[in-house]
Amino acid sequence: MKRSWYAAPYGVWMVLFTVVPLLFVLYYAFTDQSGAFTVNNFVKIASPMYGLVLWDSLRLAFFCTLLCLLIGYPTAYFLASRDFSNAQTLVVLILVPMWMNFLLRTYAMMTLFENNGVINTLLESLGLERIQMIGTEGAVLVGMVYNFLPFMVLPVYTVLKKMDYSVIEAAEDLGASPIRVVSRVVLPMSIPGVVSGITMVFMPAVTTFAISRMLSSGMIYLVGDMIEDYFIAMNNRNVGSTISLVMLVLIILSIGLLRKVDPDNTGGGLW
Amino acid sequence: MKVRSHRAGKLLKGLWLALVLAFLYIPIIVMIALSFNASVSRAAWTGFTLDWYVKLFKSKQIMAALNVTITVAVIATVVSTVLGTLGAIGMHAMSTGMANLLINVSYLPMTTPDIVTGVSLMLMFIFVKVPLGKWTMIMAHIAFDTPYVLFSVMPKLRQMNPNLYEAALDLGCHPAKALYKVIIPEIMPGIVTGALLAFTMSLDDFVISYFTSNTDQNLAMIVYSAARRGVEPTMYALSTLMFIVVLGLLLIVNRRNGLEDIA
Repeated sequence: MKRSWYAAPYGVWMVLFTVVPLLFVLYYAFTDQSGAFTVNNFVKIASPMYGLVLWDSLRLAFFCTLLCLLIGYPTAYFLASRDFSNAQTLVVLILVPMWMNFLLRTYAMMTLFENNGVINTLLESLGLERIQMIGTEGAVLVGMVYNFLPFMVLPVYTVLKKMDYSVIEAAEDLGASPIRVVSRVVLPMSIPGVVSGITMVFMPAVTTFAISRMLSSGMIYLVGDMIEDYFIAMNNRNVGSTISLVMLVLIILSIGLLRKVDPDNTGGGLW
Repeated sequence: MKVRSHRAGKLLKGLWLALVLAFLYIPIIVMIALSFNASVSRAAWTGFTLDWYVKLFKSKQIMAALNVTITVAVIATVVSTVLGTLGAIGMHAMSTGMANLLINVSYLPMTTPDIVTGVSLMLMFIFVKVPLGKWTMIMAHIAFDTPYVLFSVMPKLRQMNPNLYEAALDLGCHPAKALYKVIIPEIMPGIVTGALLAFTMSLDDFVISYFTSNTDQNLAMIVYSAARRGVEPTMYALSTLMFIVVLGLLLIVNRRNGLEDIA
């Protein structure tokens, strides 16, 4: 027996449990409840109501990615700089929450944000008014940033760490100001890490469903929530598949566009 | 002058990192602290208690979910370790074109959003009329666990001296025995890392389990349904324990392989 045949069970399993199921999404998206071919599901979700949900998801995911970049980039840059002798430990500390189940992290956020929660109790004891946080877009956004920030820090850090430090020193020796060093040397070299960070934050952010539900008690309704409802609560798997398909295509297109920025795919992504 | 501005810069950088760490850890620390708080209310600390942990272990629902979580993780880890290791060995011996095709398929579960992976498997199971429960969850877990094993084993195979296997064959060793006696021991560290990663991913999964199982719930699914009813201190206790277990497993993986592998 040739050794390459050892991969056969693996190949069969992966095709059966990853490729074939995706074909089922395609099939259900183009059929009605009786199994007949239709494009009505697409007509249905082309209405303003669905458009609004999609718009909200894209908007929140966009701001989440932007905030993660604004917070995560300097974090990664400082960690990769030679200023901290214990940088390695700090990196591990930043990555550890990534391995905590996102439901648990969101649950922790709920504890802070609730009407009788930790933040409001603190405000009251300081003699301030309580603030309604659960149900606001701000709470969902903070919850998303909280969950996805390490996914931005990691790839940017990986790329910056590999960067040749003497290039920065050369720029400094040649009289470049610190801002110029960052904008003309560090930033361009870190683009691959930024691209993979954006991908890794935007994708889960745009498809999230539990975070919005837990931090807004259903007031903020995103595409992920809608898919969950169609599959679990409403049992209408055809429209649910159509929404999943549209979302998947949008994600593939946006990743494709991002790859154009980093054609060699040299980003320090997870895989 | 330059030295002083450098020190000020370092101070600012340190402050920034401290703030980021505070943002990441305050919610977790608050939650762990509240799991020991005697009062149900989150508003005040009324004394230390282990009641929530006791209640946790007395809850039939939570113990059943613990059982499901561990059963699924163990079976999925064993199957995916075997499939992934054999897959890596086979792909290593393959032509580049064929291997690349398989590698791209392996990336698929990692690049598809979890919710789409979940619903796609749910559709397939419903279409072939398999009832959604523990066994469908196990099949789904094997599908997303196996690539982790594959990608942990492949680098070890590339590092291996290819002549060792050839030598064993030349000396009259049967190919199956050469696999067992020569290749497997060489790539063992990769297999163990892959298995640990698969186990951790399986313990930690919510989204895919949620869509592929109806009758059996794992711990993450319990947390989600409890969260929809409001906050409960037993969930803090459960969260604290889950966090510690996953953290422990990752420290083991990390100690084996250095930082890159916890990524």
